This record gives sequence, structure tokens and C-alpha cells, in this order.
Amino acid sequence: MTSEQEQRSIRCLVAKVGLDGHDRGAHVIARAFRDAGFEVIYSGLHKAPDEIVQATVQEDVDVLGISILSGAHNTLVPKIVDGLEEYDALEDTMVLVGGVIPDEDKEQLKDEGVAAVFGPGTSIEETIEFVRENAPER
Amino acid sequence: MNAADEQLLEDLLAGKHRALARTISKIENRSPGYRDLVSELYAHTGDADVIGITGSPGAGKSTLVDKLAEAYRERGETVGVVAIDPSSPFTGGAVLGDRIRMASTVGDMDVFVRSMSARGTLGGLSTATADAVKAMDAFGKDKIVIETVGAGQNEIDIVRTADSVAVLVPPGSGDSVQTLKAGILEIADVFVVNKADRPGADRTVQELREMIELGEGAGFGGGAGHHGADAMGTDADADATDVDGASGGWTPPIVETVATEGDGVETFIDALADHRTYLEKSGTLAERTRQRYAEEIRTLLREDVHAVLEDELERAGGVDALAEAVRRGETDPYEIADGALDPVEACLDELEYESLELPSE
Repeated sequence: MTSEQEQRSIRCLVAKVGLDGHDRGAHVIARAFRDAGFEVIYSGLHKAPDEIVQATVQEDVDVLGISILSGAHNTLVPKIVDGLEEYDALEDTMVLVGGVIPDEDKEQLKDEGVAAVFGPGTSIEETIEFVRENAPER
Repeated sequence: MNAADEQLLEDLLAGKHRALARTISKIENRSPGYRDLVSELYAHTGDADVIGITGSPGAGKSTLVDKLAEAYRERGETVGVVAIDPSSPFTGGAVLGDRIRMASTVGDMDVFVRSMSARGTLGGLSTATADAVKAMDAFGKDKIVIETVGAGQNEIDIVRTADSVAVLVPPGSGDSVQTLKAGILEIADVFVVNKADRPGADRTVQELREMIELGEGAGFGGGAGHHGADAMGTDADADATDVDGASGGWTPPIVETVATEGDGVETFIDALADHRTYLEKSGTLAERTRQRYAEEIRTLLREDVHAVLEDELERAGGVDALAEAVRRGETDPYEIADGALDPVEACLDELEYESLELPSE
């Protein structure tokens, strides 16, 4: 049959990791992504890096957005990235980080495999546009 | 199948989680080649028990599924979960929140949880659900649990996909007139009164019991609990066999649970196991499986023919132009539909082809 119509939709995991109880930003992003037509899975609060890795692998999301406001990004993000690599999921999952990340840490995160870091004041539209343009081709 | 898909199939059968995840994505997206892939999967399916969980939003489906998965894991069985949430009718977007409740089995990759958006389908499942279940079955999962969209009264697609269906009824779901109504309460193989520690739980159990007894005593085709041929909505003749036939022998039990505490989950699992035994012994399983495949064949054909006709419409200048012609009073929808179908029917008549044969033994 020739008439296979592809129905692709961008899937995102919005993840809160570590001891950080502030999920307002994650909720706003989840809602905005939904309204942009993405399918959003929200991890819930206080997840361990392993849990995020498991969810990313099983859900086969295009985009993993990690929200961190605790300052522990240099510890937590590499753990997640390593986990994704272990399951061959890193190369076609775009990892984003949002939250309060000092400028001097941004480059390091990017070296580790994070596609972009969105700090305070980033507009929602900018984030959505970035995802639309950069979601991995599969 | 191209080389990449063959590799994917091989990896999936070898038990690579990423391959299973990617296969389900291909199915969901209807990526090129997904049909060949699913077609190949069929040879490896048939070993899993497929359990459907449905009920109103907030009834506790996800929490119960979580505890169910945990209990099965303790018994050494592997579990796949497909959890479906609704998609926006406006943007197509969705927030899939079932996974949050499923924390008991975190860190255990032998519980494979996949969240799905309904992608516009209204029956409580998405069109990709049945095929995703096939993928998990082929992967080697022992138990596959499908959690539907929070259901109202009429989201009953789950009977076409699951072997056993549990309907969650929280306390305070209305009076006994609600239990008289057709729809979701007819499809239960097991009733679960979740949040059984809440006031009103006893009354809900009582009302369900009365409903079940009413259906049994009546004897005029009132299958109160089991989903027979009439629930499949395809073959009216099968109605008669439904009454005296084997499927009349199952009375849906009512299980009380408090999913957040894990109370009653063992009883629930026993009830599901009893139903499975009944299905196998009575021959109902074969009957159901047959109906399910009949439904799948019909759905596939419907979609394919639909796609062919969509192409035809495009060639004719698109449906908008035709609709505009109807608006101006130049023609009517029936005439257009006949016009589009005529060549197809003519082709079928001329061809007399016999490609639709039963595979020889």
C-alpha cells in the first residue's frame, strides 16, 4: 500500500531531577508545549537521574528538557547524559536544560552533550521555536 | 523491509529496550515501512496476557496499574504498560501524566511503561495501541497492561484489544440508574471499586452486585458483565450464541481496592487469573481472538481504502472545491461519493482476482 501517511508528532519529556521542589516553571513549559502541539510527558518532582534515563529510553522522546533550580546541574546532568549513552539514546535525543545556570557552567554542559541552556527570562516562544527547528530527524 | 528495519526487528527480538521504544514510535508515527515491521512481529506474538484497565478520570487507574505491575514483578513476570491520555482537539498536543503515578517499579527496566496520546481517537485508545501491544508481546513481556483514557460511559474500544477488562468504579459514581445504562459497565470482566476506604464504597459494591444479578436472572440476552459479540458491534447474529454459549458462564467479580496503599491488589490479580483460566477453558479466548483479528482486518482495509479515496479526492481538486460546488447547489454529497466510488467498484468487478484466499494448510 502506497498511501502511508506519516503522522509524526514531537514528543518531549519535561523532567525535574534531584532535590528541587520548584515545578512552576516545568508546569508552564509543559502546558506551553502542549499548546504548541507537542506530546509532553511530565516526570513529576524529585526524580533520580536513573528514573529520567529510563523514562527517556522507554518513551523514545525527541526532546528531554531538564529543569534544575537547585544548582546541582553539574552533578545531575552528566549522570543523565551517561545513562542515555548506555542505552544508545543520546545521539537522537535532544537534551535541553532550563533553570538558573551560571554562564560559566553553560559551556561545560554543552560539551557534555546538552543542546541548549535556557536561563531565566527566556521567552516561551523562543524555546518552542528552538525545539521545532532542532528536534532530531529520525 | 529495509536493512534498518530488519536490524530494528532483530534488536527488538533480542530484548533491546531502545529497539522496542523505537518500534512503538514508528507505529505511532506511521513511519514508512511500519506495516511490514508489524507484519513481521505477528509471528512472535500470542504469549502475553493482555489486561485492560478503564474507568473515569481520577478513579485511580494509573495508581492501580503501578501496584499491579509491582505485584507481577514480585512474581517474576515481566510487564509492559501502555498508558493513554487524551490529545488536544485544537492543537493535537497532549500532557501525558500517567507515568508520574508509576513510581513503584522505577529503576526496573523489565517494566516497560509507554505513554501514548490518543491522537484524536475517541474510543479511549489510540489507533496505534493494538500494534504497540503486539510489539511488547513480541519483545517477550508476560503481562501487558493497557490503561485507557479516563473514560466516561462509552469509551469501550478496550474490549477489542484486551483479553480481560477491569472497570474501575469509584465510590459515589451515581445511583442505581447509572448501573442500568448501556456502555462501559457492560464490558467489565472484573469490577474494581477503588478508593474502597471512602464513604459510599459499600453502596457502590451493592449497586454493582444488583446490576450483575439483574443481568444474570433476566435471561433475555442481558449479558450484564461479559463482553460478547454484541460489544464488538460487528455481527448481530452472534448475539444468540452469546446467551447460551460458553461466554455466559462468567460472572464478573467485584474487587475492592485501595490502590494508594496496595490493598486488595492480590485479590485483583487472582480475579484476573481466574478470568484468564475461564477464557482458556471455555474456548472464549479463541472466540475473542478471532473477533479481534476480524476487527483488525476491517480497520486496516477501511484505513487503506480511505487513503486511496483521499488521493482520488486530491486529484479531483481537493475536497474543498467539491464542498463549494455543493454549497452553490450544483451537486450534492451523495452524487460526489458515488462518482468517486464508481471506478473502484468497476475495477473490482472486472478484476475477479483471487488474492483474498485463505492460506493453504
